[in-house]
Amino acid sequence: MKIVIFGCSLVGSLLANQLMAKGNEVSIIDQNPNSFKRLDKEFRGKTILGIGIDEEALKNAGIEKAEAFISVTSDDNTNLMAAQLVRGKFNTPKILLRVYDPKRAQAFKELDLNIICPTVDTAEKIETLLAEKT
Amino acid sequence: MYVIIVGGGQVGHSLARMLISEKHEILLVEKDPARYSKLSEELGEQVILGDGTELGTLMDMGVNRADVLVAVTGTDQDNLIICQMAKILYIIPKTIARVNDPNNEEVFQTLGVDATVSATRIIGSLIEEKIDAGMFIPLLALKGGEVEIFQTQLSSDSPLIDKKISKLTLPKDCIIIAALRENQIIIPKGETILKENDTIITLVGKEAKGTFKKLFL
Repeated sequence: MKIVIFGCSLVGSLLANQLMAKGNEVSIIDQNPNSFKRLDKEFRGKTILGIGIDEEALKNAGIEKAEAFISVTSDDNTNLMAAQLVRGKFNTPKILLRVYDPKRAQAFKELDLNIICPTVDTAEKIETLLAEKT
Repeated sequence: MYVIIVGGGQVGHSLARMLISEKHEILLVEKDPARYSKLSEELGEQVILGDGTELGTLMDMGVNRADVLVAVTGTDQDNLIICQMAKILYIIPKTIARVNDPNNEEVFQTLGVDATVSATRIIGSLIEEKIDAGMFIPLLALKGGEVEIFQTQLSSDSPLIDKKISKLTLPKDCIIIAALRENQIIIPKGETILKENDTIITLVGKEAKGTFKKLFL
Protein backbone atom coordinates (compact mmCIF):
# COMPACT_ATOMS: atom_id res chain seq x y z
CA MET A 1 0.00 0.00 0.00
CA LYS A 2 1.06 3.55 -0.65
CA ILE A 3 0.81 5.43 2.62
CA VAL A 4 1.34 9.05 3.63
CA ILE A 5 1.93 9.77 7.31
CA PHE A 6 1.77 13.27 8.75
CA GLY A 7 3.73 13.67 11.96
CA CYS A 8 6.99 11.84 12.61
CA SER A 9 6.07 11.61 16.27
CA LEU A 10 6.58 8.47 18.36
CA VAL A 11 3.50 6.92 16.81
CA GLY A 12 4.24 8.26 13.36
CA SER A 13 7.78 6.96 13.27
CA LEU A 14 6.78 3.60 14.76
CA LEU A 15 4.13 3.20 12.07
CA ALA A 16 6.52 4.30 9.35
CA ASN A 17 9.13 1.77 10.43
CA GLN A 18 6.69 -1.09 10.82
CA LEU A 19 4.69 -0.44 7.66
CA MET A 20 7.90 -0.10 5.66
CA ALA A 21 9.19 -3.39 7.06
CA LYS A 22 5.97 -5.08 5.92
CA GLY A 23 6.60 -3.98 2.34
CA ASN A 24 4.46 -0.87 2.06
CA GLU A 25 5.50 2.34 0.31
CA VAL A 26 5.65 5.01 3.00
CA SER A 27 6.16 8.79 2.92
CA ILE A 28 6.27 10.83 6.06
CA ILE A 29 5.81 14.58 6.55
CA ASP A 30 7.02 16.61 9.50
CA GLN A 31 7.95 20.25 9.95
CA ASN A 32 10.86 19.47 12.26
CA PRO A 33 13.83 17.79 10.53
CA ASN A 34 15.00 16.33 13.85
CA SER A 35 11.93 14.14 14.13
CA PHE A 36 13.10 12.08 11.15
CA LYS A 37 15.89 10.78 13.41
CA ARG A 38 13.26 8.50 14.91
CA LEU A 39 13.13 6.52 11.68
CA ASP A 40 15.08 3.28 11.34
CA LYS A 41 18.32 3.40 9.41
CA GLU A 42 16.70 0.98 6.95
CA PHE A 43 13.83 3.34 6.23
CA ARG A 44 13.68 3.75 2.45
CA GLY A 45 10.59 5.87 2.22
CA LYS A 46 10.31 9.58 1.41
CA THR A 47 10.68 12.16 4.12
CA ILE A 48 9.08 15.51 3.42
CA LEU A 49 9.91 18.57 5.42
CA GLY A 50 6.71 20.54 5.58
CA ILE A 51 3.29 20.79 7.10
CA GLY A 52 0.49 18.39 6.30
CA ILE A 53 -2.02 21.14 5.91
CA ASP A 54 -0.04 22.44 2.98
CA GLU A 55 -1.13 20.97 -0.35
CA GLU A 56 2.35 21.20 -1.85
CA ALA A 57 3.87 19.10 0.93
CA LEU A 58 1.07 16.54 0.59
CA LYS A 59 1.56 16.30 -3.15
CA ASN A 60 5.32 15.89 -2.71
CA ALA A 61 4.57 13.06 -0.33
CA GLY A 62 2.52 11.38 -3.04
CA ILE A 63 -0.96 11.98 -1.65
CA GLU A 64 -2.52 11.85 -5.12
CA LYS A 65 -1.62 8.17 -5.53
CA ALA A 66 -1.81 7.24 -1.86
CA GLU A 67 -4.24 4.63 -0.57
CA ALA A 68 -4.00 5.78 3.02
CA PHE A 69 -3.36 9.02 4.91
CA ILE A 70 -2.55 8.92 8.61
CA SER A 71 -2.40 12.08 10.71
CA VAL A 72 -0.67 11.65 14.05
CA THR A 73 0.91 14.96 14.98
CA SER A 74 0.75 15.94 18.63
CA ASP A 75 -1.93 18.55 17.95
CA ASP A 76 -5.58 17.48 17.64
CA ASN A 77 -6.62 20.48 15.58
CA THR A 78 -3.81 19.97 13.10
CA ASN A 79 -4.79 16.31 12.66
CA LEU A 80 -8.45 17.22 12.22
CA MET A 81 -7.69 19.90 9.66
CA ALA A 82 -5.25 17.73 7.71
CA ALA A 83 -7.67 14.80 7.55
CA GLN A 84 -10.52 16.97 6.31
CA LEU A 85 -8.31 18.72 3.79
CA VAL A 86 -7.12 15.40 2.39
CA ARG A 87 -10.63 14.00 2.29
CA GLY A 88 -11.99 17.05 0.49
CA LYS A 89 -9.18 17.63 -1.97
CA PHE A 90 -7.70 14.20 -2.63
CA ASN A 91 -10.35 11.73 -1.58
CA THR A 92 -7.75 9.26 -0.33
CA PRO A 93 -9.52 5.93 0.32
CA LYS A 94 -8.40 5.37 3.93
CA ILE A 95 -7.97 8.34 6.26
CA LEU A 96 -7.04 7.75 9.89
CA LEU A 97 -6.21 10.19 12.64
CA ARG A 98 -5.50 10.41 16.33
CA VAL A 99 -7.40 12.91 18.49
CA TYR A 100 -6.59 13.11 22.21
CA ASP A 101 -9.57 15.17 23.37
CA PRO A 102 -12.57 12.86 23.83
CA LYS A 103 -15.07 15.64 23.13
CA ARG A 104 -13.50 16.60 19.88
CA ALA A 105 -13.07 12.95 18.95
CA GLN A 106 -16.78 12.35 19.54
CA ALA A 107 -17.89 15.47 17.67
CA PHE A 108 -15.80 14.75 14.59
CA LYS A 109 -16.62 11.06 14.50
CA GLU A 110 -20.09 12.29 13.63
CA LEU A 111 -18.60 13.78 10.49
CA ASP A 112 -17.54 10.26 9.52
CA LEU A 113 -13.87 10.60 10.31
CA ASN A 114 -11.95 7.50 11.44
CA ILE A 115 -10.65 8.76 14.74
CA ILE A 116 -8.59 6.92 17.29
CA CYS A 117 -8.82 8.45 20.75
CA PRO A 118 -6.06 7.10 23.00
CA THR A 119 -7.51 8.97 25.99
CA VAL A 120 -10.71 6.99 25.89
CA ASP A 121 -8.97 3.73 25.00
CA THR A 122 -6.50 4.12 27.86
CA ALA A 123 -9.18 4.98 30.39
CA GLU A 124 -11.27 2.01 29.28
CA LYS A 125 -8.32 -0.32 29.50
CA ILE A 126 -7.46 0.85 32.99
CA GLU A 127 -11.02 0.46 34.13
CA THR A 128 -11.09 -3.08 32.80
CA LEU A 129 -7.88 -3.94 34.61
CA LEU A 130 -9.14 -2.41 37.85
CA ALA A 131 -12.26 -4.50 37.65
CA GLU A 132 -10.37 -7.75 37.16
CA LYS A 133 -10.09 -9.99 40.15
CA THR A 134 -6.44 -10.50 41.17
CA MET B 1 -26.52 40.21 19.62
CA TYR B 2 -24.52 37.77 21.69
CA VAL B 3 -21.07 37.28 20.17
CA ILE B 4 -18.43 34.84 21.37
CA ILE B 5 -14.86 35.76 20.47
CA VAL B 6 -12.17 33.14 20.81
CA GLY B 7 -8.67 34.57 21.01
CA GLY B 8 -7.83 37.51 23.22
CA GLY B 9 -4.95 38.90 21.17
CA GLN B 10 -4.96 42.28 19.46
CA VAL B 11 -7.76 41.44 17.07
CA GLY B 12 -9.98 39.71 19.61
CA HIS B 13 -9.46 42.38 22.22
CA SER B 14 -10.17 45.26 19.84
CA LEU B 15 -13.19 43.47 18.46
CA ALA B 16 -14.53 42.94 21.98
CA ARG B 17 -14.18 46.62 22.76
CA MET B 18 -15.84 47.63 19.52
CA LEU B 19 -18.82 45.32 20.03
CA ILE B 20 -19.27 46.45 23.62
CA SER B 21 -19.38 50.07 22.52
CA GLU B 22 -22.08 49.08 20.03
CA LYS B 23 -24.04 47.59 22.92
CA HIS B 24 -23.67 43.93 22.01
CA GLU B 25 -23.23 41.20 24.57
CA ILE B 26 -19.86 39.54 24.26
CA LEU B 27 -17.84 36.71 25.72
CA LEU B 28 -14.11 36.69 25.08
CA VAL B 29 -12.29 33.41 25.52
CA GLU B 30 -8.54 33.46 26.10
CA LYS B 31 -6.37 30.51 27.02
CA ASP B 32 -3.22 32.17 28.25
CA PRO B 33 -3.48 32.89 31.99
CA ALA B 34 -1.30 36.01 31.92
CA ARG B 35 -3.18 37.58 29.03
CA TYR B 36 -6.46 36.57 30.62
CA SER B 37 -5.51 38.37 33.83
CA LYS B 38 -4.87 41.61 32.00
CA LEU B 39 -8.05 41.32 29.98
CA SER B 40 -10.20 40.60 33.02
CA GLU B 41 -9.05 43.82 34.64
CA GLU B 42 -10.75 45.66 31.82
CA LEU B 43 -13.54 43.29 30.84
CA GLY B 44 -14.45 41.55 34.10
CA GLU B 45 -16.82 38.68 33.55
CA GLN B 46 -16.96 39.27 29.84
CA VAL B 47 -13.70 37.37 29.47
CA ILE B 48 -13.06 33.80 30.59
CA LEU B 49 -9.98 31.65 30.79
CA GLY B 50 -10.38 28.66 28.54
CA ASP B 51 -9.46 26.87 25.36
CA GLY B 52 -11.95 27.63 22.62
CA THR B 53 -11.81 24.10 21.30
CA GLU B 54 -12.78 22.70 24.67
CA LEU B 55 -16.07 24.51 24.92
CA GLY B 56 -17.56 21.75 27.07
CA THR B 57 -17.42 23.65 30.33
CA LEU B 58 -18.73 26.77 28.66
CA MET B 59 -22.21 25.34 28.28
CA ASP B 60 -23.04 27.09 31.53
CA MET B 61 -22.07 30.36 29.97
CA GLY B 62 -24.91 30.05 27.55
CA VAL B 63 -22.68 29.24 24.62
CA ASN B 64 -25.53 27.76 22.70
CA ARG B 65 -27.54 30.95 22.68
CA ALA B 66 -24.78 32.84 20.88
CA ASP B 67 -25.66 34.43 17.57
CA VAL B 68 -22.15 34.60 16.20
CA LEU B 69 -18.85 32.94 17.01
CA VAL B 70 -15.65 34.60 15.87
CA ALA B 71 -12.37 32.68 15.92
CA VAL B 72 -9.38 34.99 15.85
CA THR B 73 -6.52 33.06 17.40
CA GLY B 74 -3.16 33.15 15.71
CA THR B 75 -3.43 29.57 14.46
CA ASP B 76 -5.51 28.56 11.45
CA GLN B 77 -6.08 24.98 12.60
CA ASP B 78 -7.44 26.17 15.92
CA ASN B 79 -9.73 28.72 14.27
CA LEU B 80 -11.10 26.08 11.94
CA ILE B 81 -11.82 23.52 14.65
CA ILE B 82 -13.32 26.17 16.93
CA CYS B 83 -15.78 27.15 14.20
CA GLN B 84 -16.59 23.55 13.32
CA MET B 85 -17.22 22.64 16.96
CA ALA B 86 -19.46 25.69 17.30
CA LYS B 87 -21.60 24.41 14.45
CA ILE B 88 -21.57 20.73 15.42
CA LEU B 89 -22.03 20.97 19.17
CA TYR B 90 -23.73 24.27 19.75
CA ILE B 91 -25.49 25.01 16.51
CA ILE B 92 -24.28 28.60 16.54
CA PRO B 93 -25.79 30.13 13.40
CA LYS B 94 -22.86 32.18 12.16
CA THR B 95 -19.14 31.47 12.37
CA ILE B 96 -16.38 33.81 11.27
CA ALA B 97 -12.73 32.85 11.19
CA ARG B 98 -9.54 34.70 10.73
CA VAL B 99 -7.31 32.87 8.27
CA ASN B 100 -3.63 33.64 8.46
CA ASP B 101 -2.53 31.61 5.46
CA PRO B 102 -4.62 32.61 2.43
CA ASN B 103 -4.15 29.12 0.97
CA ASN B 104 -6.37 27.81 3.74
CA GLU B 105 -9.37 30.01 2.97
CA GLU B 106 -10.91 27.56 0.52
CA VAL B 107 -10.72 24.65 2.96
CA PHE B 108 -12.38 26.72 5.65
CA GLN B 109 -15.24 27.64 3.38
CA THR B 110 -15.72 24.06 2.19
CA LEU B 111 -15.87 22.88 5.79
CA GLY B 112 -18.71 25.20 6.67
CA VAL B 113 -17.14 28.34 8.11
CA ASP B 114 -19.59 31.07 7.14
CA ALA B 115 -17.15 33.88 6.53
CA THR B 116 -13.38 34.02 6.44
CA VAL B 117 -11.12 37.02 6.74
CA SER B 118 -7.59 36.83 5.48
CA ALA B 119 -5.67 39.94 6.36
CA THR B 120 -2.85 38.76 4.14
CA ARG B 121 -5.14 38.51 1.16
CA ILE B 122 -6.74 41.90 1.75
CA ILE B 123 -3.41 43.62 2.18
CA GLY B 124 -2.08 41.81 -0.89
CA SER B 125 -5.10 43.09 -2.76
CA LEU B 126 -4.48 46.62 -1.59
CA ILE B 127 -0.90 46.41 -2.78
CA GLU B 128 -2.09 45.19 -6.16
CA GLU B 129 -4.56 48.03 -6.26
CA LYS B 130 -1.67 50.44 -6.45
CA ILE B 131 -0.25 48.65 -9.44
CA ASP B 132 -2.99 47.96 -11.92
CA ALA B 133 -6.32 49.56 -12.71
CA GLY B 134 -8.77 47.09 -14.20
CA MET B 135 -7.66 44.24 -11.92
CA PHE B 136 -10.45 42.73 -9.89
CA ILE B 137 -9.57 42.37 -6.25
CA PRO B 138 -11.45 39.86 -4.13
CA LEU B 139 -12.52 41.47 -0.87
CA LEU B 140 -14.70 39.00 0.92
CA ALA B 141 -16.18 35.58 0.41
CA LEU B 142 -19.46 34.62 2.03
CA LYS B 143 -21.54 31.52 2.49
CA GLY B 144 -18.84 29.00 1.70
CA GLY B 145 -17.70 30.77 -1.44
CA GLU B 146 -21.16 30.94 -2.99
CA VAL B 147 -20.94 34.72 -3.11
CA GLU B 148 -17.91 36.97 -3.42
CA ILE B 149 -17.41 40.70 -3.31
CA PHE B 150 -14.88 42.21 -5.69
CA GLN B 151 -13.32 45.62 -6.03
CA THR B 152 -12.08 46.88 -9.36
CA GLN B 153 -11.17 50.18 -10.95
CA LEU B 154 -12.68 50.87 -14.36
CA SER B 155 -10.18 51.52 -17.10
CA SER B 156 -10.71 53.76 -20.12
CA ASP B 157 -11.69 50.84 -22.32
CA SER B 158 -14.06 49.21 -19.85
CA PRO B 159 -17.40 48.15 -21.35
CA LEU B 160 -19.08 49.38 -18.19
CA ILE B 161 -18.39 53.10 -18.51
CA ASP B 162 -20.33 55.95 -20.12
CA LYS B 163 -23.61 54.05 -20.26
CA LYS B 164 -26.57 53.97 -17.93
CA ILE B 165 -26.35 51.01 -15.56
CA SER B 166 -29.78 49.83 -16.73
CA LYS B 167 -28.33 49.48 -20.24
CA LEU B 168 -25.31 47.40 -19.21
CA THR B 169 -25.25 43.67 -19.90
CA LEU B 170 -24.10 42.20 -16.67
CA PRO B 171 -24.21 38.45 -16.04
CA LYS B 172 -27.07 37.14 -13.91
CA ASP B 173 -26.11 37.10 -10.21
CA CYS B 174 -23.83 40.10 -10.57
CA ILE B 175 -24.76 43.31 -8.82
CA ILE B 176 -22.76 46.49 -8.66
CA ILE B 177 -23.41 47.51 -5.09
CA ALA B 178 -21.35 50.68 -4.89
CA ALA B 179 -19.15 52.97 -6.91
CA LEU B 180 -16.39 55.11 -5.44
CA ARG B 181 -15.59 58.30 -7.31
CA GLU B 182 -12.99 60.63 -5.84
CA ASN B 183 -14.15 60.67 -2.24
CA GLN B 184 -17.79 59.97 -2.90
CA ILE B 185 -19.72 56.79 -2.53
CA ILE B 186 -22.41 56.30 -5.14
CA ILE B 187 -25.11 53.71 -4.65
CA PRO B 188 -25.93 52.99 -8.27
CA LYS B 189 -29.41 53.11 -9.67
CA GLY B 190 -30.59 52.41 -13.23
CA GLU B 191 -29.83 55.96 -14.30
CA THR B 192 -26.29 56.04 -12.88
CA ILE B 193 -23.48 56.31 -15.41
CA LEU B 194 -20.10 54.86 -14.42
CA LYS B 195 -16.96 56.64 -15.52
CA GLU B 196 -13.32 55.79 -16.16
CA ASN B 197 -11.39 55.50 -12.89
CA ASP B 198 -14.50 54.77 -10.84
CA THR B 199 -13.84 51.95 -8.41
CA ILE B 200 -16.78 49.58 -8.33
CA ILE B 201 -17.71 47.07 -5.65
CA THR B 202 -19.55 44.11 -7.13
CA LEU B 203 -21.38 41.18 -5.55
CA VAL B 204 -20.86 38.09 -7.70
CA GLY B 205 -22.41 34.65 -7.40
CA LYS B 206 -20.16 31.63 -7.86
CA GLU B 207 -21.64 30.68 -11.22
CA ALA B 208 -21.21 34.19 -12.61
CA LYS B 209 -17.59 34.62 -11.59
CA GLY B 210 -16.11 33.48 -14.92
CA THR B 211 -18.31 35.72 -17.03
CA PHE B 212 -17.76 38.62 -14.66
CA LYS B 213 -13.98 38.37 -14.91
CA LYS B 214 -14.17 38.45 -18.71
CA LEU B 215 -15.59 41.96 -18.52
CA PHE B 216 -12.22 43.15 -17.35
CA LEU B 217 -9.90 41.47 -19.83
